[in-house]
Amino acid sequence: MHAIVEYISSYLQSNQTPGAAGNFVWATIYILLVFVGLSIAVICMNWLERKILAHMQVRLGPMRVGPHGLLQPIADALKLLLKEDIIPAEADATVFWIAPFIVVLAAFTVFVVVPFGPTHAITDMNIGILFMLGVSSLAVLGIVTAGWASNSHYPLIGALRSSAQMVSYEVAMGLAVVSAIMMTSANAEGTGTLSMIGIVQAQLEQHEWFLFKYFPLGIVAFGIFAIAMVAETNRAPFDLPEAESELTAGFHTEYSGFRWSLFFLAEYSAMIAVSSIAVTLWLGGWLRPFPNALTGPTWDLVFSLFPGLTFLFLAALCFYSTVRMPKHPLFRIQTMGLAGFGVVLALIAAILFWGPARVRVQDIYWFSAKVAGFMYLYIWYRGTFPRYRFDQLMKVGWKVLLPTGLALLILTAIVGMRTEILSMFQEGLR
Amino acid sequence: MNTLLHISTLHYLVLGAALFLLGIIGVLTRRNVVIVLMSIELILNAVNLNLVAFSRYWQSIHGASALHGQVFAIFVITDAAAEAAVGLGILIAFFRNKETVNVDEVNLLKW
Amino acid sequence: MNPPVATAFFFYLLAATMIIGGILVITRKNAVHSALALITALLAQAALYLMLYAPFVAGVQIILYAGGIMVLFLFVIMLISIERNMKERQFNKQWLVGIVAAAALGALFVTVYTKTSRGVSLFIEGRMSYGESQNTQMIANLLFDRRAGMYMFAFEIASLLLLVAIIGAVVMAKKRI
Repeated sequence: MHAIVEYISSYLQSNQTPGAAGNFVWATIYILLVFVGLSIAVICMNWLERKILAHMQVRLGPMRVGPHGLLQPIADALKLLLKEDIIPAEADATVFWIAPFIVVLAAFTVFVVVPFGPTHAITDMNIGILFMLGVSSLAVLGIVTAGWASNSHYPLIGALRSSAQMVSYEVAMGLAVVSAIMMTSANAEGTGTLSMIGIVQAQLEQHEWFLFKYFPLGIVAFGIFAIAMVAETNRAPFDLPEAESELTAGFHTEYSGFRWSLFFLAEYSAMIAVSSIAVTLWLGGWLRPFPNALTGPTWDLVFSLFPGLTFLFLAALCFYSTVRMPKHPLFRIQTMGLAGFGVVLALIAAILFWGPARVRVQDIYWFSAKVAGFMYLYIWYRGTFPRYRFDQLMKVGWKVLLPTGLALLILTAIVGMRTEILSMFQEGLR
Repeated sequence: MNTLLHISTLHYLVLGAALFLLGIIGVLTRRNVVIVLMSIELILNAVNLNLVAFSRYWQSIHGASALHGQVFAIFVITDAAAEAAVGLGILIAFFRNKETVNVDEVNLLKW
Repeated sequence: MNPPVATAFFFYLLAATMIIGGILVITRKNAVHSALALITALLAQAALYLMLYAPFVAGVQIILYAGGIMVLFLFVIMLISIERNMKERQFNKQWLVGIVAAAALGALFVTVYTKTSRGVSLFIEGRMSYGESQNTQMIANLLFDRRAGMYMFAFEIASLLLLVAIIGAVVMAKKRI
């Protein structure tokens, strides 16, 4: 027992990711943690999406299943698992079965390089960002095979439209990402890096989030990526291929029950993955606000109280809504459930206020908070914007984002190399 | 047993040769032109595997920056993309003309 | 030095995946099944590149080959309706000659690989620096560096080749030129 505690604490002191240290056990533990965290995040996203969308549309959303619908995602998951598994008659059974797995594989493998902290990634590949872009482009294969294997025209059209959209916006995403990568080489030696942890460390060393670098190039690059990532994950306002009023759910029309839940899981994981890319490249990853400007033990203490304060705020919300629950005997169980949930959140807040946990959870908290902000943006877009027609969608992707991305790339390169270009001019003039 | 457990360049070369043979069999025996094109991709991949394996061998002799094999492999992948695009364009053109995807039915120039 | 057994395990796993994928590519009737088998083989090859400490080539393989070329293949397979083709004969009339030729080539390979030339063995010694952390930067040096790079011309020619291929593919696939 003592040996296990020793092993755990000796590993927690290390300054390498498990991949770099070659440690199989810790890599597996990190993978399981990421998997569990991702599942919890998808469940929360489901509930949050329905509630926030409802409140934006001046209605209440799910209220019956648990207190304020908190048990709705669990009920949905149970229903999906218990549903009958239907395969269309003329469909190709092998391909029909494989297609959801390809999409889930692509969506989950991306998280191998996502950096939750300077050593909190499963591994730090040299080609981190290239790997993420490449593996997330494998989802297109899954969608195309899903539409093909359903042997029905709505899924086929939906799949072809969806894959055409994803492939077009991948180009714009790639250009925006390359602009951000070029900013990593604005240091003394002129060496940039593709590794995710290296990109955040470059932002730390250059004392500037890449969002604000070479103003306005950083912001325009971020804007291109933010639009392209919404189109890449087939979310509103670019969700023509899977909208119910258009194509009766597009490529996942014929999928029911567990297979549909795999597509759903993959879609939300892909959303979290591309948000992680945006957060790492432009928003400073795991860095707390002002890591270089406001240093010192007092500022560190102030910023380290944020995780606990967030959970305290959530617990306070829970207690407030407990007080406001209807005072009817039939609501007794729900009220007690909500109060219990509030107590659990308050306990988590208490744990996060305790010294060693407070220090450790910092990076993960800031990264998750930024990604949560992006998730809120996704839900906000869904509640606000009308849908793009497919030709308008392709027009935006190829005629607006691609030229802007190219121009941005050239401008970023010129601005980043301005000293070399000036010295070349001066040499030439002499 | 040590030969089997200690993975050397030879293992990668044998794997590359096996893939190359599979690709050659595919090109020479199949009638469906899409499958012939995919077998050509298999051949190119086998070649790439050889190149990268030899690049690692070269690194062990000439230092860590002798990555010529990997650069060559990148160019081969680029080339394969271009050739796949043109090949599939040709496929679409001849499917539109003859309504068939079998290579041995495109024999109008035979005597 | 005892070689780590995990490397051998992963090598044989990936090699088996590639060989089985290759066999499925050349034997399936349904072209979509062949394409999926080829995708599996390509992804296994990317993992093998990672084992050979070539992460950049692995990334390029996943993005271009598995995520680009195979999507192109799948689109074209779906554009041309080949259900009729699935009921026809799959192997052409000269399949025996093809297999004999491939067997002859295989015999040539075996001969070459079993005779080491002048005692030089192809085994890498175990004392190499397994440097992965600078792979992209070193490839960039070879391609772009002013003094040490020697592939800049090939890079420009490759981009010209891609332009020609794009124009060629568009012209070939148009209905009326």
